[in-house]
Amino acid sequence: MNIDQELLQKIAHLARLEMPESAEKEMKESLESVLNWMSELDEIDTSNVKPLTHMSLEINALREDKVIPNISREQGLKNAPKQDGEYFRVPKVME
Amino acid sequence: MKVYSTLKDIQTDLYAGSITCRQLVEFYLKNIEEKNNTLNAFLSVFDQEALEKADEIDAKIKAGTAKKLAGMVLGIKDLLCYKDHTSQAGSRILDGFESQFTATAVQRVIDEDAIIIGRQNCDEFGMGSTNENSAFGPCLNAVGENRVAGGSSGGSAVAVQADMCLASLGTDTGGSVRMPAGFCGLVGLKPTYTRVSRWGLIAYASSFDCIGPITKSVEDAAILLEIIAGKDEQDSTVSNEKVPEYTAFQTEKKTYKIGYLKEAVESEGLQPEVKAATLAKLAYLKAQGHEVEAVDFPLIKYFLPTYYTLTTAEASSNLSRFDGVRYGHRSTEATDLMSLYKKSRFEGFGKETRKRIMLGTFVLSASYYDAYYTKAQKIRRLIKEFTDNLLTEYDFLVCPTTPTTAYKLGEKTADPIQMYLGDLFTVQANVVGLPAISIPNGLDNDGMPIGFQIMAGAFEEAELLTFAQLIS
Amino acid sequence: MAFYYLCILKFEILPSVNQEIRDKYEVVIGLEVHAQLQTESKIFAADAASFGASPNTHISPITLGHPGTLPKLNKKAVEFAMRMGIACNSQITENQYFDRKNYFYPDLPKGYQITQDKTPICMGGGVHVKLSTGEKTVRFHHIHLEEDAGKSLHTDGSSDSLLDYNRAGTPLIEMVTEPEIKSAEEAATFMTEVRKLVRYLGICDGNMEEGSLRCDVNISVMPVGSKVFGTKVEIKNMNSMRFIQKAIEYEIVRQIDAVENNEKIIQETRSFDPATGRTSGMREKESMNDYRYFPEPDLVPLVISEEWLSSVKEQMPALPWELFEKFTKEYGLPAYDANVLTDSREVAEYFEATCQFTKNYKAVSNWIMGTVKSYLNDHNLEIGQLSVTPEQLAQLIQLVDDGKVSNSTASQQIFPEMIADNAKTPLQIAEAKNLIQQSNTDTLQTLVDEVLANNSAKVKEYKNGKKGLLSMFMGEIMKKSKGSADPKVTTALLQKTLENL
Repeated sequence: MNIDQELLQKIAHLARLEMPESAEKEMKESLESVLNWMSELDEIDTSNVKPLTHMSLEINALREDKVIPNISREQGLKNAPKQDGEYFRVPKVME
Repeated sequence: MKVYSTLKDIQTDLYAGSITCRQLVEFYLKNIEEKNNTLNAFLSVFDQEALEKADEIDAKIKAGTAKKLAGMVLGIKDLLCYKDHTSQAGSRILDGFESQFTATAVQRVIDEDAIIIGRQNCDEFGMGSTNENSAFGPCLNAVGENRVAGGSSGGSAVAVQADMCLASLGTDTGGSVRMPAGFCGLVGLKPTYTRVSRWGLIAYASSFDCIGPITKSVEDAAILLEIIAGKDEQDSTVSNEKVPEYTAFQTEKKTYKIGYLKEAVESEGLQPEVKAATLAKLAYLKAQGHEVEAVDFPLIKYFLPTYYTLTTAEASSNLSRFDGVRYGHRSTEATDLMSLYKKSRFEGFGKETRKRIMLGTFVLSASYYDAYYTKAQKIRRLIKEFTDNLLTEYDFLVCPTTPTTAYKLGEKTADPIQMYLGDLFTVQANVVGLPAISIPNGLDNDGMPIGFQIMAGAFEEAELLTFAQLIS
Repeated sequence: MAFYYLCILKFEILPSVNQEIRDKYEVVIGLEVHAQLQTESKIFAADAASFGASPNTHISPITLGHPGTLPKLNKKAVEFAMRMGIACNSQITENQYFDRKNYFYPDLPKGYQITQDKTPICMGGGVHVKLSTGEKTVRFHHIHLEEDAGKSLHTDGSSDSLLDYNRAGTPLIEMVTEPEIKSAEEAATFMTEVRKLVRYLGICDGNMEEGSLRCDVNISVMPVGSKVFGTKVEIKNMNSMRFIQKAIEYEIVRQIDAVENNEKIIQETRSFDPATGRTSGMREKESMNDYRYFPEPDLVPLVISEEWLSSVKEQMPALPWELFEKFTKEYGLPAYDANVLTDSREVAEYFEATCQFTKNYKAVSNWIMGTVKSYLNDHNLEIGQLSVTPEQLAQLIQLVDDGKVSNSTASQQIFPEMIADNAKTPLQIAEAKNLIQQSNTDTLQTLVDEVLANNSAKVKEYKNGKKGLLSMFMGEIMKKSKGSADPKVTTALLQKTLENL
């Protein structure tokens, strides 16, 4: 598996991680070696196998529709990096 | 104060009045004070709280109202939420974050009068096998020179090993309880996936993560499992299976049919002393009248790629919530929303975590989803079916917990694949969701502990613990 | 002068295309309708789901996406979604699971939305619409369950966006139609029917201004008869019927115009500006996003058994078309009445409740369509806020039927009194205000005689053919009786008396 610079930057963008040019080479090599290793999975024929999507044996874990008051606004904002007593704040979302 | 290995011994002395909880806590606090600077097992110590709780429990003991875990001083891994305490998953991305609720497993032990003495060091988000990926420095093995603790629950293991607490609650996604337990000469139990509620467990890989105890005795592991296991309204996936009395150590059988992974025991990567100790154990088992057979597992070479494909995928999604918006680290260099995301996450996450996020994002991306993610899910099914089948024929599957004893610091960090290979024997239990325990099995020539792993069928912890107790 | 030019710029005439060109093209529209389910609590967390609370007061660690939290599915949300599917004749999927849709946006606390990508709760089905061009069923491709995001607000004078997570986690159903809507009228009619239906089902309040019902429009044009769809453009988050129509109309013209001029239509997301009536391209946001869907590992599969499905079916409220049938067949109402009365469930229920107390169904219908509706409209009230009970309305109708008061007296004088003072019965009010019609022929005869005696000249004119004077005499009699003379009886008496003179 070869990861070119474009793909690397695309993945970094999807993951919202900075990818400075200086870090590119190391990340590219790391990814490629692990992905090559993961490709060993291709050795097995799985054409008739269904993917295992759920590991729990339970079904229908449902909740009654009841309101249970939880944390206050103050508590909710407590961990916020930037807030004004009412809202969480971030730099303006560009439309 | 003598060094205790079981809660039973502690409680005997407590109820006899020869020691108090306060004395116990003071003893552990002293060890923390003396050794934690070097070993770096604890990130926070709740000294005041622990002493206050100790006094409370001492009063309850006098009044005859103390509960099952009175006298148990526990540490919790930094992946477990504890209300009004810092929980940061060994990462800078959660700098300043305080949990606003307590993990179910932690609450259950607190409700039984356990004392939580502190928050323990671990690999960032559970991603690692040596505790070298912690943003707060590695955790050292209390034995040997400059040896790793194992990971990711390194701090949890070393804390018990160095008598900083009696037991720890750790987490196990690919071996993170069993491996450090093995490296530190302790008992480490990973229950069946969904046996213990994951509410309050900071998620790494949702379909692999388990909470499990690290203790000095199999007995204490059983005691803790009995308390933390069982259904929970908060976790949709948790099992509704009844929780048996694990501490009864009851079983119909006296001898068992045991399979050992041929590939594991005959592997070239196995350290000679580890091999010898394992073979010795197998011989002992035979001598005790158990049936011991080699079992072929042709799929063994796919354990790790399957594990890494699926866990990185789930992790890449689970870690998206760490974006600097509502809590945790926000970069001061951010100029707009995009840079807020990218810089905060780049600064907050360590290298290994960023790498796994990239891998996971790649694996889930549209063009590669079928080739990697779906493929790995299919192979997971194959591995599970094969293992489940084996466990209908055999009572237990055994092997060394790890191919080697604890590495030197920095030994494996250069080559990630080498690092990942250390998980080879432990990951299977997480891939297939089955319970497994690591028990001490001697020392190598340098005095480093060797671990022996036993795996059982789904929800067969009672048999597993009984057997482990039997052969310890 | 500058102001004048500015006006020109702002209020430019919208582009248009003549009918001949327009007829060369077929319009292809698909709608994605989001309806917030009116459960008490959110879909995956127990915080309150109601609208309008002070910012960030309906929150919890789950809603804020704190580490260590897990979702748990609200049973009622599932049942509400099932109701919609049952009402629309969809297939209810037996084995379902949830997926994660991964993307970054500040109003999305976990960095992913829990949705149903692979196994929507309902497949197929549709909604019947009546258009000027005929009737049709607009088919659904599917309906799926998902969670809503929080809200981001902008204030002028700040370089920040403000985030409110009250809405985050509110249950939504997303209803995706097949691309078979052909015009703005059809889209608006369809949305109106959907709104009516979700309100009937009691699953959503259909309040578009508040955002409980909104839709994305996907629209393209192609030459009539073409087998190849044109480039699809998406207009997001339309929350007004009027705007939906206007936006579609603008887009149709814009796209046809572009195609006619050989300009490429960019596949993009556009937003509608009500002030200008135009759509414009949004900056490339999510259209190029890779959502990396995978099954949600923190939720277990949802299996809808036969028993569960049956029990939800049994508890379904009556549907508009069922009530229409009932009102025309059992209550014998004309189609027009039945239509008006079934426009909302509350009105239909009020009608039926009133009919428990009187057999004059047509009168009930007239009253509700007339006096009651006028009153409600004038005071901006819903029928649920009407203080007159069905029983009381029936009593009033009975009073008229018994001949004790005229219809106009009832509606103009008694009805308002009943609203003002809910404790009095219509009869008591009529008596207190002296409104009971005089239908005693002796008393009335006296009045007739008096009036005719006072107007002997007019009587002569009447006898000579000026029949119109009848109303003048009636007017005088009514005045003398202070309006209490029963018009029917009085008229008959008057005519008889005049005849015999």
